[in-house]
Amino acid sequence: MSTMAPESWLRLDQLALHDGDKRIVDAATLSLSARRTVVLGPNGAGKSTLLRLIHGLLRPTSGSVCWPQALTQAMVFQRPVMLRATALENVIYGLRLQGHNAEICRQRACAALEKVGLGSIATRPARLLSGGEQQRVALARAWAREPELLILDEPTASLDPASTREVERIVMEIAIAGTRLLMTTHNLGQAYRLAEEVVFIDRGRIAEQAPVEQFFNLPQTEAAQRFLKEEIP
Amino acid sequence: MPEFNESFITAGHLLAAADSRLFAVVLLSLQVSLTATLLACIVGMPIGALLAVGRFPGRRALIVLFNGLMGLPPVVVGLLVYLLLSRAGPLGHFGLLFSPAAMVIAQAILVMPIVAALTRQSVADSWMEYREQLRSLGASRPRAAGTLLWDGRFSLSTAALAGFGRAIAEVGAVMIVGGNIDGVTRVMTTTIALETSKGDLPLALGLGIVLIAVVLAINAVAYQLRQWAERRWG
Repeated sequence: MSTMAPESWLRLDQLALHDGDKRIVDAATLSLSARRTVVLGPNGAGKSTLLRLIHGLLRPTSGSVCWPQALTQAMVFQRPVMLRATALENVIYGLRLQGHNAEICRQRACAALEKVGLGSIATRPARLLSGGEQQRVALARAWAREPELLILDEPTASLDPASTREVERIVMEIAIAGTRLLMTTHNLGQAYRLAEEVVFIDRGRIAEQAPVEQFFNLPQTEAAQRFLKEEIP
Repeated sequence: MPEFNESFITAGHLLAAADSRLFAVVLLSLQVSLTATLLACIVGMPIGALLAVGRFPGRRALIVLFNGLMGLPPVVVGLLVYLLLSRAGPLGHFGLLFSPAAMVIAQAILVMPIVAALTRQSVADSWMEYREQLRSLGASRPRAAGTLLWDGRFSLSTAALAGFGRAIAEVGAVMIVGGNIDGVTRVMTTTIALETSKGDLPLALGLGIVLIAVVLAINAVAYQLRQWAERRWG
Protein backbone atom coordinates (compact mmCIF):
# COMPACT_ATOMS: atom_id res chain seq x y z
CA MET A 1 0.00 0.00 0.00
CA SER A 2 2.18 2.81 1.24
CA THR A 3 5.50 3.18 -0.47
CA MET A 4 7.10 4.71 2.61
CA ALA A 5 7.37 2.00 5.19
CA PRO A 6 8.45 3.41 8.54
CA GLU A 7 9.75 0.84 10.94
CA SER A 8 7.07 -1.03 12.82
CA TRP A 9 6.92 -0.71 16.60
CA LEU A 10 4.61 -3.63 17.17
CA ARG A 11 4.13 -6.96 15.45
CA LEU A 12 1.43 -9.49 16.18
CA ASP A 13 2.05 -12.98 14.95
CA GLN A 14 -0.94 -15.34 14.72
CA LEU A 15 -2.20 -13.90 18.00
CA ALA A 16 -5.26 -15.74 19.28
CA LEU A 17 -7.42 -15.84 22.36
CA HIS A 18 -10.00 -18.58 22.56
CA ASP A 19 -12.65 -19.01 25.21
CA GLY A 20 -13.70 -22.62 24.78
CA ASP A 21 -14.97 -22.82 21.21
CA LYS A 22 -15.32 -19.08 20.86
CA ARG A 23 -12.49 -17.36 19.03
CA ILE A 24 -12.46 -13.89 20.55
CA VAL A 25 -9.27 -12.95 18.75
CA ASP A 26 -8.43 -15.26 15.90
CA ALA A 27 -4.99 -15.54 14.34
CA ALA A 28 -4.30 -11.81 14.31
CA THR A 29 -1.20 -10.96 12.34
CA LEU A 30 -0.43 -7.29 12.18
CA SER A 31 2.40 -4.85 11.97
CA LEU A 32 1.92 -1.34 13.34
CA SER A 33 4.10 1.57 12.35
CA ALA A 34 1.71 4.55 12.33
CA ARG A 35 1.92 6.84 15.33
CA ARG A 36 -1.84 6.98 15.79
CA THR A 37 -3.79 3.81 15.14
CA VAL A 38 -7.51 3.38 15.76
CA VAL A 39 -9.02 -0.08 15.90
CA LEU A 40 -12.57 -0.16 14.54
CA GLY A 41 -15.10 -2.93 14.34
CA PRO A 42 -18.63 -3.96 15.28
CA ASN A 43 -19.63 -4.73 18.86
CA GLY A 44 -18.05 -7.90 20.10
CA ALA A 45 -15.49 -7.97 17.30
CA GLY A 46 -12.68 -8.35 19.83
CA LYS A 47 -11.33 -4.80 19.85
CA SER A 48 -10.99 -4.44 23.62
CA THR A 49 -9.60 -7.96 23.94
CA LEU A 50 -6.97 -7.18 21.31
CA LEU A 51 -5.84 -4.10 23.25
CA ARG A 52 -5.68 -6.08 26.49
CA LEU A 53 -3.58 -8.77 24.82
CA ILE A 54 -1.21 -6.11 23.52
CA HIS A 55 -1.03 -4.38 26.91
CA GLY A 56 -0.33 -7.70 28.62
CA LEU A 57 -3.48 -7.84 30.72
CA LEU A 58 -4.53 -11.05 29.01
CA ARG A 59 -2.41 -14.00 28.06
CA PRO A 60 -2.95 -15.24 24.50
CA THR A 61 -4.03 -18.79 23.79
CA SER A 62 -1.43 -18.91 21.05
CA GLY A 63 0.68 -16.60 18.93
CA SER A 64 2.81 -13.72 20.11
CA VAL A 65 3.05 -10.00 20.66
CA CYS A 66 6.46 -8.81 19.56
CA TRP A 67 7.97 -5.45 20.46
CA PRO A 68 10.95 -4.61 18.22
CA GLN A 69 11.88 -2.09 20.91
CA ALA A 70 10.47 -2.25 24.42
CA LEU A 71 8.00 0.60 24.84
CA THR A 72 6.73 1.96 28.13
CA GLN A 73 2.95 1.80 28.07
CA ALA A 74 -0.06 3.21 29.84
CA MET A 75 -3.68 2.30 29.37
CA VAL A 76 -6.87 4.28 29.84
CA PHE A 77 -10.06 2.27 30.20
CA GLN A 78 -13.64 2.93 29.20
CA ARG A 79 -14.62 3.41 32.81
CA PRO A 80 -12.03 5.28 34.84
CA VAL A 81 -11.00 3.51 38.04
CA MET A 82 -10.38 6.02 40.80
CA LEU A 83 -9.03 5.27 44.27
CA ARG A 84 -10.78 6.77 47.28
CA ALA A 85 -8.35 9.65 47.40
CA THR A 86 -7.99 13.07 45.83
CA ALA A 87 -7.47 13.52 42.09
CA LEU A 88 -3.88 14.52 42.79
CA GLU A 89 -3.22 11.45 44.95
CA ASN A 90 -4.61 9.25 42.18
CA VAL A 91 -2.08 10.67 39.73
CA ILE A 92 0.70 10.45 42.32
CA TYR A 93 -0.16 6.79 42.93
CA GLY A 94 0.58 5.95 39.29
CA LEU A 95 3.92 7.71 39.54
CA ARG A 96 4.91 6.13 42.85
CA LEU A 97 4.57 2.73 41.21
CA GLN A 98 7.22 3.83 38.72
CA GLY A 99 9.54 4.37 41.65
CA HIS A 100 9.93 8.14 41.64
CA ASN A 101 10.49 9.99 44.89
CA ALA A 102 7.67 11.87 46.59
CA GLU A 103 8.74 15.35 45.48
CA ILE A 104 9.07 14.44 41.79
CA CYS A 105 5.75 12.60 41.91
CA ARG A 106 3.99 15.63 43.30
CA GLN A 107 5.50 18.02 40.74
CA ARG A 108 4.76 15.79 37.79
CA ALA A 109 1.25 14.98 39.03
CA CYS A 110 0.41 18.66 39.46
CA ALA A 111 1.77 19.43 35.99
CA ALA A 112 -0.24 16.60 34.45
CA LEU A 113 -3.47 17.76 36.10
CA GLU A 114 -2.82 21.29 34.82
CA LYS A 115 -2.40 19.92 31.31
CA VAL A 116 -5.77 18.18 31.41
CA GLY A 117 -7.35 21.34 32.80
CA LEU A 118 -8.01 20.04 36.30
CA GLY A 119 -5.38 21.98 38.24
CA SER A 120 -8.07 23.82 40.20
CA ILE A 121 -9.78 20.67 41.49
CA ALA A 122 -6.68 18.59 42.21
CA THR A 123 -7.52 18.22 45.89
CA ARG A 124 -11.13 17.09 45.37
CA PRO A 125 -12.00 13.43 46.05
CA ALA A 126 -11.63 11.73 42.68
CA ARG A 127 -14.68 9.48 42.93
CA LEU A 128 -16.97 12.45 43.43
CA LEU A 129 -15.90 14.11 40.16
CA SER A 130 -18.07 13.84 37.05
CA GLY A 131 -17.46 11.00 34.60
CA GLY A 132 -15.69 13.35 32.20
CA GLU A 133 -13.47 14.77 34.92
CA GLN A 134 -12.61 11.28 36.17
CA GLN A 135 -11.59 10.27 32.66
CA ARG A 136 -9.35 13.34 32.49
CA VAL A 137 -7.77 12.35 35.81
CA ALA A 138 -7.17 8.91 34.30
CA LEU A 139 -5.54 10.58 31.29
CA ALA A 140 -3.39 12.70 33.60
CA ARG A 141 -2.40 9.59 35.54
CA ALA A 142 -1.37 7.90 32.29
CA TRP A 143 0.31 10.98 30.82
CA ALA A 144 2.32 11.76 33.94
CA ARG A 145 4.07 8.42 33.51
CA GLU A 146 5.35 9.67 30.15
CA PRO A 147 4.52 6.48 28.25
CA GLU A 148 5.89 5.83 24.79
CA LEU A 149 2.62 4.12 23.91
CA LEU A 150 -0.81 5.10 25.20
CA ILE A 151 -3.57 2.53 24.79
CA LEU A 152 -7.15 3.76 25.09
CA ASP A 153 -10.17 1.48 25.19
CA GLU A 154 -13.21 3.53 24.12
CA PRO A 155 -12.22 6.40 26.38
CA THR A 156 -15.28 8.49 25.55
CA ALA A 157 -17.95 5.78 25.32
CA SER A 158 -19.79 6.91 28.44
CA LEU A 159 -19.17 10.66 28.18
CA ASP A 160 -21.27 13.60 27.02
CA PRO A 161 -20.25 15.52 23.86
CA ALA A 162 -18.44 18.32 25.72
CA SER A 163 -16.37 15.89 27.79
CA THR A 164 -15.73 13.84 24.66
CA ARG A 165 -14.28 16.88 22.86
CA GLU A 166 -12.11 17.69 25.86
CA VAL A 167 -10.80 14.12 26.06
CA GLU A 168 -10.08 14.16 22.31
CA ARG A 169 -8.16 17.41 22.67
CA ILE A 170 -6.04 15.93 25.47
CA VAL A 171 -5.41 12.69 23.59
CA MET A 172 -4.30 14.65 20.52
CA GLU A 173 -2.01 16.77 22.67
CA ILE A 174 -0.45 13.64 24.17
CA ALA A 175 0.12 12.29 20.66
CA ILE A 176 1.66 15.55 19.45
CA ALA A 177 4.01 15.49 22.44
CA GLY A 178 5.42 12.26 21.01
CA THR A 179 3.42 9.36 22.44
CA ARG A 180 2.15 6.64 20.11
CA LEU A 181 -1.59 6.03 20.29
CA LEU A 182 -3.49 2.80 19.96
CA MET A 183 -7.18 3.15 20.64
CA THR A 184 -10.64 1.81 20.01
CA THR A 185 -13.76 3.86 19.62
CA HIS A 186 -17.36 3.60 18.49
CA ASN A 187 -17.31 7.19 17.41
CA LEU A 188 -16.34 7.27 13.73
CA GLY A 189 -15.91 11.05 13.72
CA GLN A 190 -13.44 10.63 16.53
CA ALA A 191 -11.62 7.87 14.66
CA TYR A 192 -11.40 10.13 11.61
CA ARG A 193 -10.09 13.06 13.65
CA LEU A 194 -7.54 11.13 15.68
CA ALA A 195 -6.32 8.28 13.50
CA GLU A 196 -3.48 8.16 11.09
CA GLU A 197 -4.22 4.54 10.35
CA VAL A 198 -7.26 2.33 10.88
CA VAL A 199 -7.25 -1.34 11.72
CA PHE A 200 -10.63 -2.92 11.10
CA ILE A 201 -11.49 -6.14 12.86
CA ASP A 202 -14.49 -8.33 12.36
CA ARG A 203 -15.42 -11.41 14.40
CA GLY A 204 -11.96 -11.64 15.93
CA ARG A 205 -10.10 -11.41 12.64
CA ILE A 206 -8.14 -8.50 11.30
CA ALA A 207 -9.99 -7.67 8.11
CA GLU A 208 -8.33 -4.51 6.94
CA GLN A 209 -5.52 -2.10 7.73
CA ALA A 210 -5.36 1.20 5.87
CA PRO A 211 -4.52 4.89 6.15
CA VAL A 212 -7.50 6.74 7.59
CA GLU A 213 -8.58 8.58 4.41
CA GLN A 214 -8.39 5.42 2.38
CA PHE A 215 -10.34 3.40 4.92
CA PHE A 216 -13.23 5.85 5.07
CA ASN A 217 -13.35 6.60 1.34
CA LEU A 218 -12.46 3.28 -0.22
CA PRO A 219 -12.82 0.40 2.21
CA GLN A 220 -11.51 -2.73 0.58
CA THR A 221 -13.38 -5.49 2.34
CA GLU A 222 -17.07 -6.15 2.23
CA ALA A 223 -17.24 -6.29 6.03
CA ALA A 224 -15.74 -2.81 6.34
CA GLN A 225 -18.06 -1.43 3.66
CA ARG A 226 -21.04 -2.86 5.50
CA PHE A 227 -19.78 -1.53 8.85
CA LEU A 228 -19.32 2.00 7.49
CA LYS A 229 -22.71 1.95 5.79
CA GLU A 230 -24.42 0.94 9.01
CA GLU A 231 -22.54 3.37 11.19
CA ILE A 232 -22.86 6.39 8.89
CA PRO A 233 -26.51 6.75 7.95
CA MET B 1 -43.17 -11.02 88.88
CA PRO B 2 -41.95 -8.88 91.79
CA GLU B 3 -38.44 -10.32 91.63
CA PHE B 4 -38.14 -9.61 87.92
CA ASN B 5 -39.13 -5.96 88.26
CA GLU B 6 -36.96 -5.56 91.32
CA SER B 7 -33.96 -6.83 89.39
CA PHE B 8 -34.46 -4.17 86.75
CA ILE B 9 -34.84 -1.43 89.34
CA THR B 10 -31.70 -2.48 91.22
CA ALA B 11 -29.80 -2.81 87.94
CA GLY B 12 -30.88 0.73 87.09
CA HIS B 13 -29.59 1.97 90.45
CA LEU B 14 -26.26 0.25 89.94
CA LEU B 15 -25.87 1.88 86.56
CA ALA B 16 -26.99 5.30 87.74
CA ALA B 17 -24.59 5.18 90.68
CA ALA B 18 -21.77 4.12 88.38
CA ASP B 19 -21.09 1.27 90.77
CA SER B 20 -17.32 0.80 90.95
CA ARG B 21 -17.52 -2.99 90.82
CA LEU B 22 -19.62 -2.84 87.70
CA PHE B 23 -17.47 -0.11 86.21
CA ALA B 24 -14.23 -2.10 86.65
CA VAL B 25 -15.76 -5.12 84.95
CA VAL B 26 -16.99 -3.05 81.99
CA LEU B 27 -13.62 -1.37 81.62
CA LEU B 28 -11.69 -4.65 81.62
CA SER B 29 -14.10 -6.12 79.06
CA LEU B 30 -13.55 -3.22 76.71
CA GLN B 31 -9.77 -3.26 77.20
CA VAL B 32 -9.47 -6.98 76.54
CA SER B 33 -11.82 -7.15 73.55
CA LEU B 34 -10.59 -3.95 71.87
CA THR B 35 -6.97 -5.04 72.20
CA ALA B 36 -7.81 -8.50 70.89
CA THR B 37 -9.72 -7.02 67.94
CA LEU B 38 -6.85 -4.66 67.16
CA LEU B 39 -4.35 -7.54 67.12
CA ALA B 40 -6.72 -9.66 65.02
CA CYS B 41 -7.04 -6.81 62.49
CA ILE B 42 -3.28 -6.25 62.28
CA VAL B 43 -2.79 -9.92 61.43
CA GLY B 44 -6.09 -10.79 59.77
CA MET B 45 -6.56 -7.90 57.36
CA PRO B 46 -3.29 -8.39 55.44
CA ILE B 47 -3.98 -12.12 55.33
CA GLY B 48 -7.48 -11.50 54.00
CA ALA B 49 -6.22 -9.06 51.36
CA LEU B 50 -3.48 -11.44 50.19
CA LEU B 51 -6.00 -14.26 49.98
CA ALA B 52 -8.15 -12.00 47.80
CA VAL B 53 -5.52 -10.85 45.30
CA GLY B 54 -2.76 -13.42 45.64
CA ARG B 55 -2.01 -16.41 43.49
CA PHE B 56 -0.18 -19.13 45.33
CA PRO B 57 -0.62 -22.85 45.89
CA GLY B 58 -3.02 -23.65 48.67
CA ARG B 59 -4.93 -20.39 48.37
CA ARG B 60 -8.31 -22.03 47.91
CA ALA B 61 -7.72 -24.37 50.82
CA LEU B 62 -6.79 -21.41 53.01
CA ILE B 63 -9.94 -19.53 51.99
CA VAL B 64 -12.08 -22.51 52.95
CA LEU B 65 -10.12 -22.89 56.18
CA PHE B 66 -10.58 -19.27 57.24
CA ASN B 67 -14.26 -19.32 56.34
CA GLY B 68 -14.62 -22.45 58.44
CA LEU B 69 -12.67 -20.99 61.35
CA MET B 70 -15.19 -18.13 61.55
CA GLY B 71 -17.33 -20.56 63.50
CA LEU B 72 -14.56 -21.62 65.87
CA PRO B 73 -16.11 -22.59 69.24
CA PRO B 74 -14.79 -20.22 71.95
CA VAL B 75 -14.37 -23.01 74.50
CA VAL B 76 -12.11 -24.92 72.13
CA VAL B 77 -9.96 -21.83 71.57
CA GLY B 78 -9.92 -21.33 75.32
CA LEU B 79 -8.79 -24.90 75.84
CA LEU B 80 -6.00 -24.66 73.25
CA VAL B 81 -4.69 -21.39 74.66
CA TYR B 82 -4.96 -22.89 78.15
CA LEU B 83 -2.76 -25.80 77.06
CA LEU B 84 -0.25 -23.43 75.47
CA LEU B 85 -0.03 -21.15 78.48
CA SER B 86 -0.31 -23.64 81.33
CA ARG B 87 2.81 -24.25 83.45
CA ALA B 88 3.71 -27.39 81.51
CA GLY B 89 2.81 -25.89 78.11
CA PRO B 90 5.25 -24.54 75.51
CA LEU B 91 4.59 -20.92 76.58
CA GLY B 92 4.17 -21.76 80.25
CA HIS B 93 7.24 -19.92 81.49
CA PHE B 94 5.73 -16.55 80.61
CA GLY B 95 3.21 -17.10 83.41
CA LEU B 96 0.35 -15.58 81.46
CA LEU B 97 -2.43 -17.99 82.37
CA PHE B 98 -5.28 -16.39 84.33
CA SER B 99 -4.23 -12.89 83.30
CA PRO B 100 -5.90 -10.32 81.00
CA ALA B 101 -3.06 -10.96 78.53
CA ALA B 102 -4.14 -14.59 78.20
CA MET B 103 -7.70 -13.41 77.53
CA VAL B 104 -6.49 -11.05 74.83
CA ILE B 105 -4.56 -13.87 73.15
CA ALA B 106 -7.54 -16.22 73.23
CA GLN B 107 -9.95 -13.63 71.84
CA ALA B 108 -7.48 -12.50 69.18
CA ILE B 109 -7.19 -16.09 67.96
CA LEU B 110 -10.96 -16.43 68.00
CA VAL B 111 -11.54 -13.20 66.08
CA MET B 112 -8.67 -13.26 63.57
CA PRO B 113 -10.31 -15.72 61.13
CA ILE B 114 -13.50 -13.64 61.15
CA VAL B 115 -11.60 -10.48 60.28
CA ALA B 116 -9.53 -12.28 57.64
CA ALA B 117 -12.51 -13.94 55.96
CA LEU B 118 -14.63 -10.77 55.88
CA THR B 119 -11.67 -8.72 54.64
CA ARG B 120 -11.03 -11.24 51.89
CA GLN B 121 -14.62 -10.95 50.68
CA SER B 122 -14.56 -7.17 50.68
CA VAL B 123 -11.14 -6.88 49.03
CA ALA B 124 -12.05 -9.52 46.44
CA ASP B 125 -15.03 -7.39 45.41
CA SER B 126 -12.94 -4.27 44.89
CA TRP B 127 -10.21 -6.33 43.19
CA MET B 128 -12.78 -7.13 40.48
CA GLU B 129 -13.17 -3.42 39.84
CA TYR B 130 -9.54 -2.32 40.22
CA ARG B 131 -7.65 -5.30 38.91
CA GLU B 132 -6.93 -4.20 35.35
CA GLN B 133 -6.10 -0.64 36.31
CA LEU B 134 -3.71 -1.67 39.08
CA ARG B 135 -2.00 -4.26 36.91
CA SER B 136 -1.75 -1.73 34.09
CA LEU B 137 0.01 0.66 36.46
CA GLY B 138 2.43 -2.11 37.35
CA ALA B 139 1.33 -2.79 40.93
CA SER B 140 2.62 -6.10 42.29
CA ARG B 141 0.05 -8.28 44.03
CA PRO B 142 1.24 -7.47 47.56
CA ARG B 143 1.22 -3.79 46.61
CA ALA B 144 -2.29 -4.13 45.19
CA ALA B 145 -3.38 -5.83 48.42
CA GLY B 146 -2.07 -2.88 50.42
CA THR B 147 -3.74 -0.38 48.11
CA LEU B 148 -7.09 -2.14 48.34
CA LEU B 149 -6.90 -2.35 52.14
CA TRP B 150 -6.32 1.38 52.31
CA ASP B 151 -8.97 2.10 49.69
CA GLY B 152 -11.52 -0.05 51.51
CA ARG B 153 -10.62 1.21 54.96
CA PHE B 154 -14.12 2.42 55.75
CA SER B 155 -15.99 -0.64 54.58
CA LEU B 156 -13.42 -2.80 56.38
CA SER B 157 -14.60 -1.24 59.63
CA THR B 158 -17.48 -3.72 59.25
CA ALA B 159 -15.04 -6.62 59.47
CA ALA B 160 -13.39 -5.15 62.55
CA LEU B 161 -16.79 -4.57 64.06
CA ALA B 162 -17.94 -8.12 63.48
CA GLY B 163 -14.74 -9.29 65.17
CA PHE B 164 -15.26 -7.00 68.14
CA GLY B 165 -18.87 -8.12 68.47
CA ARG B 166 -17.71 -11.70 68.62
CA ALA B 167 -14.98 -10.92 71.18
CA ILE B 168 -17.02 -8.85 73.59
CA ALA B 169 -19.91 -11.33 73.58
CA GLU B 170 -18.06 -14.62 74.01
CA VAL B 171 -17.77 -16.24 77.39
CA GLY B 172 -16.14 -19.65 76.89
CA ALA B 173 -12.59 -18.62 75.98
CA VAL B 174 -12.12 -15.87 78.59
CA MET B 175 -13.66 -18.08 81.25
CA ILE B 176 -11.13 -20.86 80.66
CA VAL B 177 -7.94 -18.80 80.22
CA GLY B 178 -8.91 -15.93 82.52
CA GLY B 179 -10.38 -17.98 85.32
CA ASN B 180 -13.00 -15.34 86.19
CA ILE B 181 -10.94 -14.02 89.12
CA ASP B 182 -12.71 -11.18 90.94
CA GLY B 183 -11.01 -7.86 90.29
CA VAL B 184 -8.42 -9.37 87.93
CA THR B 185 -9.92 -11.27 85.01
CA ARG B 186 -13.64 -10.84 85.47
CA VAL B 187 -15.35 -9.42 82.39
CA MET B 188 -18.98 -8.71 81.57
CA THR B 189 -19.89 -12.07 80.12
CA THR B 190 -18.19 -14.17 82.78
CA THR B 191 -19.68 -12.01 85.54
CA ILE B 192 -23.15 -12.38 84.07
CA ALA B 193 -22.73 -16.12 83.98
CA LEU B 194 -21.41 -16.27 87.53
CA GLU B 195 -23.84 -13.82 89.15
CA THR B 196 -26.79 -15.50 87.46
CA SER B 197 -25.78 -18.87 88.87
CA LYS B 198 -25.29 -17.27 92.30
CA GLY B 199 -28.68 -15.62 92.09
CA ASP B 200 -27.45 -11.99 92.06
CA LEU B 201 -29.68 -11.07 89.16
CA PRO B 202 -29.51 -7.24 89.44
CA LEU B 203 -25.75 -7.11 88.82
CA ALA B 204 -26.04 -9.65 86.01
CA LEU B 205 -28.86 -7.70 84.45
CA GLY B 206 -27.08 -4.37 84.82
CA LEU B 207 -24.08 -5.81 83.01
CA GLY B 208 -26.29 -7.30 80.35
CA ILE B 209 -27.78 -3.88 79.68
CA VAL B 210 -24.32 -2.31 79.48
CA LEU B 211 -23.12 -5.06 77.14
CA ILE B 212 -25.96 -4.49 74.72
CA ALA B 213 -25.55 -0.71 74.94
CA VAL B 214 -21.83 -0.95 74.17
CA VAL B 215 -22.40 -3.14 71.13
CA LEU B 216 -25.17 -0.86 69.82
CA ALA B 217 -23.13 2.28 70.41
CA ILE B 218 -20.10 0.95 68.58
CA ASN B 219 -22.26 -0.14 65.67
CA ALA B 220 -23.84 3.30 65.52
CA VAL B 221 -20.45 5.02 65.46
CA ALA B 222 -19.19 2.69 62.72
CA TYR B 223 -22.33 3.31 60.69
CA GLN B 224 -21.90 7.07 60.98
CA LEU B 225 -18.27 6.73 59.95
CA ARG B 226 -19.17 4.78 56.81
CA GLN B 227 -21.90 7.28 55.91
CA TRP B 228 -19.47 10.13 56.31
CA ALA B 229 -16.81 8.33 54.28
CA GLU B 230 -19.31 7.61 51.51
CA ARG B 231 -20.15 11.31 51.23
CA ARG B 232 -16.53 12.40 51.58
CA TRP B 233 -14.82 9.94 49.21
CA GLY B 234 -17.56 8.32 47.11
